[in-house]
This record gives sequence, C-alpha cells and structure tokens, in this order.
Amino acid sequence: MTASVVTGAPRTESREPKTPLLSVRNLTKHYERKAGLFGGSKGVVRAVDGVSFDVFPGETLGLVGESGCGKTTTGRAILRLIEPTSGDIVFDGQDVLRLDAAPLRRLRRKMQIIFQDPFSSLNPRMTIGAIVREGITIHRLAEGAEADRRVKQLLQEVGLRPEYANRYPHEFSGGQRQRVGIARALSVQPNFIVCDEPVSALDVSVQAQVINLLQDLQRDRGLSYLFIAHDLSVVEHIADRVAVMYLGHIVELANARDLYREPLMPYTQALLSAVPVPEPVGKRERIVLQGDVPSPANPPSGCVFHPRCHHPKKDAACAKIIPPLEEKAPGHFVACIKQPPTSVTWEAQRSNGATNQPERYIPRAAIGRNLA
Amino acid sequence: MAESLLSIENLRTYFYTEAGVARAVDGVSFHIDAGETVGLVGESGSGKSVTALSLLRLIVPPGRIEPDSRMVFEGRDLLRLSDEDMRRVRGNRIAMIFQEPMTALNPVFTVGDQIAEVSRVHERASRKAAWKRAVEMLELVGIPAPEDRAKEYPHQLSGGMRQRVVIAMALMMRPALVIADEPTTALDVTIQAQILDLLKDLQQRFGTSILLITHDMGVVAETASRVMVMYGGEIVEEAPVGRIFAAPHHPYTEGLLGAMPRVGEERERLRTIPGTVPPPTNWPSGCRFHDRCPYSWDRTEREHPPLYEVETGHFSRCHLAEEPQRRSQPHEPMVALT
Repeated sequence: MTASVVTGAPRTESREPKTPLLSVRNLTKHYERKAGLFGGSKGVVRAVDGVSFDVFPGETLGLVGESGCGKTTTGRAILRLIEPTSGDIVFDGQDVLRLDAAPLRRLRRKMQIIFQDPFSSLNPRMTIGAIVREGITIHRLAEGAEADRRVKQLLQEVGLRPEYANRYPHEFSGGQRQRVGIARALSVQPNFIVCDEPVSALDVSVQAQVINLLQDLQRDRGLSYLFIAHDLSVVEHIADRVAVMYLGHIVELANARDLYREPLMPYTQALLSAVPVPEPVGKRERIVLQGDVPSPANPPSGCVFHPRCHHPKKDAACAKIIPPLEEKAPGHFVACIKQPPTSVTWEAQRSNGATNQPERYIPRAAIGRNLA
Repeated sequence: MAESLLSIENLRTYFYTEAGVARAVDGVSFHIDAGETVGLVGESGSGKSVTALSLLRLIVPPGRIEPDSRMVFEGRDLLRLSDEDMRRVRGNRIAMIFQEPMTALNPVFTVGDQIAEVSRVHERASRKAAWKRAVEMLELVGIPAPEDRAKEYPHQLSGGMRQRVVIAMALMMRPALVIADEPTTALDVTIQAQILDLLKDLQQRFGTSILLITHDMGVVAETASRVMVMYGGEIVEEAPVGRIFAAPHHPYTEGLLGAMPRVGEERERLRTIPGTVPPPTNWPSGCRFHDRCPYSWDRTEREHPPLYEVETGHFSRCHLAEEPQRRSQPHEPMVALT
C-alpha cells in the first residue's frame, strides 16, 4: 500500500516570514476502549490522528468541523488539559510536551482558554472579581490594592462595570458571563488564547458583541487565537487562516478567503453548501452528504471521507491511499488525491486500483451565493 | 379569502412569579394558512417558545393563558376545548418537534414502540398494526433498514437519526400543523441540511402547515414563506420572507440581520445591538426596543407602537412608519450611554 502521510507541517513561509508562535506536529490523541470493568482493550478511538499546523503571532487560526471531529480535543491537548498520545508541540520555543508541572504552570500564563459554556465554566460560589483575580494571585502578578486595580481595569476592558466585581455569576446574562471568562483569560497577560466555541451559546446580537470584543483585544494586545467553532460564517469573519477537521484529521488548510472562495476538499465543499444563507433568492443547490460521520473507533481506510465523498473521480484508490495534506495552490493545503496537483503519482494510484485520473472539481453549490 | 387553519388573536401568556408578573407573551396575533411554513424568529427571552407551548395548552402554573386570548384552529377555539378534547388535538391535529431529540424520546423504550404508541393512543390501533405503521414512518423519514432500527433504543442512534424519529412520531397522525421548535439547532450543519430537506419534502407530500421557531435567520430564509419577528413578548415585524431580508423595517430586525456574519461577505466589524433583551417582568415603556434603538426619540419612549402596515402584507411595530425621515438620523442608543 502506498500510504504517504505528511510529516512536516504545511509550510507557509513563502508568505509568512515570521516564526510561528505555536507549532503542532503530528498530534495524536487515542482513547482506549475497554470491554467492561476489567475487560481487555476493544481497540482505540482515534480522536485526533496526526494533526499539524502553525499559529503565527497576532494571527487567528480557525479550526472548524462537526461534532466529534476532534477540534476541541486538539485545543485542549495543546494546553495539556488533555495529555496527547504523541506528537510535538512547540510554543514560543519551548517543548510543551516535555515540561514538568512547575514550568508547565508558568507556560500556562502565556496560553489561556475561553470555554463555550459561560454557565458551567465560572465557579458559582466565587464573585466575578475573585474569578478574575485568581490567576493574578496564582502567578504572583500583583497583590492587594494593585490586584484590585487590575481586576477593575480588566472588567472595564471587556465592557463590564468595575463595580460588578462583587457580584456572582448567576446575576449575569450569557454574554456578560462570556466577558468574565475573557477577562479571566486576559488577567495573566497571555499571548495565545484557545477560544473553544466562545460564541456558540450566545444569541446573535450578543454573539456579535463578543466577536467584536475578541477582535479589539487582539488588535490592542497583539494576541494570537486558535478559534474553534462549528459555525463557518463566524470563523470566516474572525479567522485569517482556517483549518477544516474531519474524523481526527485536518483535511484542508488555507487563507480564509481562499478556503471560502475555492474550497478544494469535497468535505469542505459539502460543509459550505450546507450553511443556510440568510437571503431567500430562489433555490440553492446543495451538496447533501449521505449518512452520518463514521465512528472514530473504526475510521474508514484510506481517505477518511471516501465513503461519503461526492468527487466525480472518486475510485478504489481513495479507499486505500491515505491522502497527504499537500499544497495545491500557494498556501492552500488539501488532503485529496483526486484534486490536482498531487504528489501521489498516477502509477501509485493505479496500482491501488485507481480508474479515474485526478481532475479539478469545485461544484457551484460549494460556493456561497454571495460569491457566485 | 378562505379561513385560516390557525388564527391567534391577542394571545397573552403571563407567569405569576415572586419577582412579579412575567408577561412572556403579550398580545400576539397571527394566522397560519393550510400548507404554509411560517417562521417565528427571536432571541432567548423573546417569547417564541412560550407562544408554541401556549398553542398546545402546555402552560402550567404559575403560568396562565389570559382569558381574553383566542386561538382558533380548524374552526374551534382551542381555549374552550375540554382537556379531553385538547388531548385529541395534541399529537393528532397539531404535533410538536422539539429542539433536543434525546429529551423528547424515552430512553427505556425502543423507537419503534414510541412511534407505535402514537397510533395506539390516537387510533386505538392493534399492537401489530401500530408497529407496522411505525416501521413505515421510519422508512418515510429516510431511516435505512427501518425494521432493524425500530428495535433500537434512542441512545443507539445518532443525533440526526433521533431527530428523524421525532419527526416520524410527529407526522404519524398526518397532523394539519407541526410546530417545530428549533428542530435543527442541536445538529451539525450537514445534518441540519438533511433534516430541513426532509421537512420540506414531507410538507409538500402531505400539505402540512409548519410553524418553524428558530433564532437562525438562515434557516428561516431557506424554509419559510412568511416570517414573524418577536421581541419583548410581541411580534414586532411580519412580512413575506423575501421582504424581511430585502427591506427590514423594524430597527430590531435590521439589527439582527446586521449582527450576523455571512459566508462570503467581508466586513471589518459586525454591527451589534447594544444591551440585552429586557426581563419580561419589566418591559420598557412605549416601544419595548426604544432603549436599544439607534433611531429612538421622545415619542418611542412614551407611545406603544401598533403594528403598522408598511407595504402590502408587511407589518412593523415601529413609529418610523409614520416618521420615516428619522431613519436618516441614527444616534447612540440609550443603553450604550449608561
């Protein structure tokens, strides 16, 4: 079997001369499935299966995909809130996976996270002020009156009144709580924040307020974000580059503009065509995928998307060859052996049963009506 | 004009709580014609779900549907039906699809049993006949190998499959009206597309009317023919779907559309609506949106606006209908200044 897996990360040096703030290489997280209490292993669930990407200073990298694709696990593994099974994570020159507890804690000052659910992520017994102050105390950034002053300043920065410091989370709406979560993340002066579905639980009007706030903070503080979301329109709005995940793999990675205007991975195409567009002008063509996402405990062979793929040139080789994430256009990385150009030669494809030559395929339905 | 399938007049549903009277639904009137899909849009706390529950008379104390409300369905006032008659309407003539299929299904019965139960209760069908109908319904909603799936329990199915089961249950009795409360909100976008297509297909086949309750303007645009926007327990705008997107009249609708990021649209910043939805125990005076509105003036603070007809079939609860020149003078909303 000609299986080629990308080992290096997609390079974007040609247009991004900066050194990455965060480099993730071949990150995997496998969970063992046990048969009963004392039973043996029933195999592994490949939640994240060889993910590589970079995040540059001041950049927002969007990470999108449907439930169970591994995007949240990826975000948490980077912070070691979940211990990865293997891979390399380099943050600001430090090898994250080899750090002991004390240096890891110091590093976490630089890497923070904002959670999806503003109701379960704040301790209901602590005041807003105490929640925001906790990190400042733990990392010994300030104490006493100086810490109080910083808390008030942070609350103000995220659009809350400083006098709210004495109130409890239940006194606030979802949007206000999410602001508290953001203030808590900012309290330790990080330069990188994993935003894990930070606006999914919020109403549209409040969502817009929080997105604008995140963008303002990024500009003012030079923050980098890994922005995890399932809402493609939110990600397009906020991200500079976007990575699409499916069944534990990154299947496409490109500049936001390129990804939305020229999606090349058939899965991305289906995802984009499924987004309801708030413009009721006639009927829209849509790529409706058949069936559900397969289980990561038993992923399909070859390309993980092949059983649901709608590329007209799909053939037997797709079930055998693991497609490398390779550059199809400058800075545009795609894992598909049927979208030319590909490093998987026609000979290699044919010896794996291929009958169809690769051919570029972007159905009209894949491109939002606004772009057509 | 033919009589509407459902017509609601001055529906008011209040909750008598310790914190005061919550006027969750406060004078809502609308109609739904046979075979029509009407979207009811609003954010949390706007009153859209309470409207749906009121239609099915599922309001329990401290909540109460106020006595002068009227809900006429198929020529009968639902509020005058006996509990027994109302039970026959529910599930039979009006069915409901909930947001979270896992909570709508009973975890200890197979999905086949649960669908069959509908037919056993409403048609007094035999066990065997009901089971056969359940399998047919599963096939109708696009579940592969329906005989086998019918024997499975809800936890064995994916989210999309569960929502198909809930739809099969709702459509079992060929109801005239289906109330779908955020039917795709818990689903992934590709599964959402499948379910919306299924609903549209079934509606065309059976001529069912659908009241689609959602916060997602995109879902409404692709599914509904008419849209009603709720805010503060009231309908603030109603229009054919094309008009609401092309020419929203109410500043709240305008704000909602401006706050949505859209695929393929490049914007530096999203427009926001400052502040939050007010609590139903204390709606603002005059226009309930006035403190968050960029066009408010003294009249909007004082005078509660009626639903003006701004063009044929397009209604807006905004005094701009009478003083349109004020739209050219936006200012900082009151809440932004406090």
